[in-house]
Amino acid sequence: MPNKHVNAVVVGAGAGGGVVAKVLAEAGLSVVLLERGSWQSFEDTTDDELRSQRTTVLGNAYGPDNARHRRVVEHPNGSTRIVLPSEGGYGNNAACVGSGTLSYGAMAWRFMEQDFKMRTLYGCPEGSTLDDWPISYAELEPCYERAEWEIGVAGDDAQNPFAPPRRKPHPMPPFPYNREARLLAGAARKLGWHPFPIPMARNSIPYGGRPKCIHMRSCCGFACPINAKGGTQNTVIPAAIATGNCELRTDAVVSEVLVDERGRARGVAYYDVNDRLQRQTADLVVVAASATETARLLLNSKSKLFPNGAGNNQDWVGRNLQGHGYTGANGLVDEEVYEEAGPGACVAFCDFNHGAKGLCGGAMLANEFISLPYHFTNTRPPGAPRWGLAHKAFQRENYKRIVRVMGPVQEIPVFESRVRVDPEVKDHWGIPVARLSGRRHPHDVEIAEFICDKAAQLLMAAGAHDIWTWKPGLGGPSGGQHQAGTCRMGNDPKSSVTNRYGQLHEIDNLFVADGSLNVTNGGFNPALTIMALGYWVGGYIAREWQGGAHFKG
Amino acid sequence: MAEQSRNGASRRTCLKVIAAAAGGAAAGVGGAVAVGRLGRAPEGPWRVLTPEEARLTEAVAEQIVPADRDPGAREAGVVHYIDRQLDGPLARFATPFRAGLRLLQQTCQARHGKPFEALGWSEQTRLLEELERNKAPKEIWTEPSARDFFNLCRDFTMQGFYGSPRHGGNRNYASYKMMGLEYPRLIGQNRY
Repeated sequence: MPNKHVNAVVVGAGAGGGVVAKVLAEAGLSVVLLERGSWQSFEDTTDDELRSQRTTVLGNAYGPDNARHRRVVEHPNGSTRIVLPSEGGYGNNAACVGSGTLSYGAMAWRFMEQDFKMRTLYGCPEGSTLDDWPISYAELEPCYERAEWEIGVAGDDAQNPFAPPRRKPHPMPPFPYNREARLLAGAARKLGWHPFPIPMARNSIPYGGRPKCIHMRSCCGFACPINAKGGTQNTVIPAAIATGNCELRTDAVVSEVLVDERGRARGVAYYDVNDRLQRQTADLVVVAASATETARLLLNSKSKLFPNGAGNNQDWVGRNLQGHGYTGANGLVDEEVYEEAGPGACVAFCDFNHGAKGLCGGAMLANEFISLPYHFTNTRPPGAPRWGLAHKAFQRENYKRIVRVMGPVQEIPVFESRVRVDPEVKDHWGIPVARLSGRRHPHDVEIAEFICDKAAQLLMAAGAHDIWTWKPGLGGPSGGQHQAGTCRMGNDPKSSVTNRYGQLHEIDNLFVADGSLNVTNGGFNPALTIMALGYWVGGYIAREWQGGAHFKG
Repeated sequence: MAEQSRNGASRRTCLKVIAAAAGGAAAGVGGAVAVGRLGRAPEGPWRVLTPEEARLTEAVAEQIVPADRDPGAREAGVVHYIDRQLDGPLARFATPFRAGLRLLQQTCQARHGKPFEALGWSEQTRLLEELERNKAPKEIWTEPSARDFFNLCRDFTMQGFYGSPRHGGNRNYASYKMMGLEYPRLIGQNRY
């Protein structure tokens, strides 16, 4: 029996798609939300370090699985290799209801005003496609606010002089500092920096019908056993379903956006849980499958008017793949600073996001999430033994004495860093897989050098010894959990994929609502921005819907 | 639910029978568990490794996380973790890992005329350092390379010793105790 036609089909139940589904369902549209993964909970995935979002040696706890999924990574010299989802290089985010927001560390950052106008501030470095967003922070601000109140964020911007303006405070008070953060905050003040509590999508008080945080050390990289962490899976998605207008179908792997001969989206084709090919027709389609998979899906959606993929007649789909170049410093202190109070990260500094001479941006710095025992086996100063008695002694003596500060360097986008579809390799369903290629811009490394020096300076002021820094290499393509940029929004159809509302320039009933839209990716974890974009895109569709007249071509 | 517990009970009974049989064999033949000067072989049953491979794996793992005032890889059951994963999520490494074990014994035989387990502790350490630096004889180490094999041993051992006990290693929470981490944790703790 064919699926009943609906007003909107949304592909991907993550940070962006979950929000869009709720906004559209509340506006009265009939919605089908398709998710390639399943529902997951703490009971399914536990606190197993080897199968988590941080360490995947035994597989991805939150999907996708190694049996059915593949990607191809192209080396700068042209050689290629096939990578499994749990292997480095795949650039996995997650595949489950809520996607990354189920198991993330839940930092809930607003990008700064400057992050939306990078080209105006810094020009365009050679070899990059650095540009301004077509929307300003001020325009997105109400959407950030809605995300903070509907997902639930604990924070206090009053302590951060660099915070962008806001109309309402965070809905929950911030979390107090742990021992490491108290040490670092004191040291930072001595340096004239401005420490403040990290905004977190995690309950510091009971909120949204969910209890307050119990501070699992296995927090970042794991589902929360009591739902104190807010993601789309325990907030907006249940709310969307509760309207009666939204049906969520899990284990639904979308293979193609169906585009007709007149160049309009008609719905999607997908494989259901039994691998049967299904069609879901709709008045409009919203793709929110993450920067890699959204690009792959559009590129795999070939039609008469779009032989190179939906909305790709200018060859911009899949371009400018970016993430964050993480950098930082580790040091040891004499007194134990470890506290059995997860997730660990609680203090941040925005003193170096913008304004450093000669640099196009920077990064937020923060103390790091608790490193679990296996993860810690690879945390060593350069040249330290990797095994044997000395390695074991380091593990025993320093696990509770390490202080770590790091930050996500805002990347300079590169046109050749990109997602394509591989001409040969296919996944379990026969769908051509994503092929990742390119490398980061050399300026990322220059920014990282500046940022990790600052991190080391802070550790020194905190009384740490044996300090070592680390920074990203030029290596292969970026992306990963913070993947972004592949369907850039913009005003010029020749140098962007969608308009300022996430609507494809070339197909007006096809939208994108995830990190793919990000022109640049801020010096921050991007989840809250992706949620805000969900409200932004969903809000536009709801306003323009007008009983469907606008989108019924 | 009833079905599950019935299965559970029968599995336990089954294990007891196997254990008794193994014990009997060891007492009768004398070669199944105690293996002369190579020391005591770890007790199976094994899913992927042969008993000889299990003994060698355990000896290498013990070098990577040696016992000191806290248990090492042997006592924490790391070889059980490795055997189990080679039949599971790490199955794609079973062939190179087992080939590497063979090449390691070949190297020992060629150089010392005896197996790895019979070498002195510091001789074992020196040999593994050679593998780590990829300095072992290239004519022996064709596939996998000495370094690749060493890295498998190193990573598997760290995973088995420091990872979650549910996968067969980290027995009695050996590494968590050593590092001073509470386990199992009290869910419901609230320090603020």
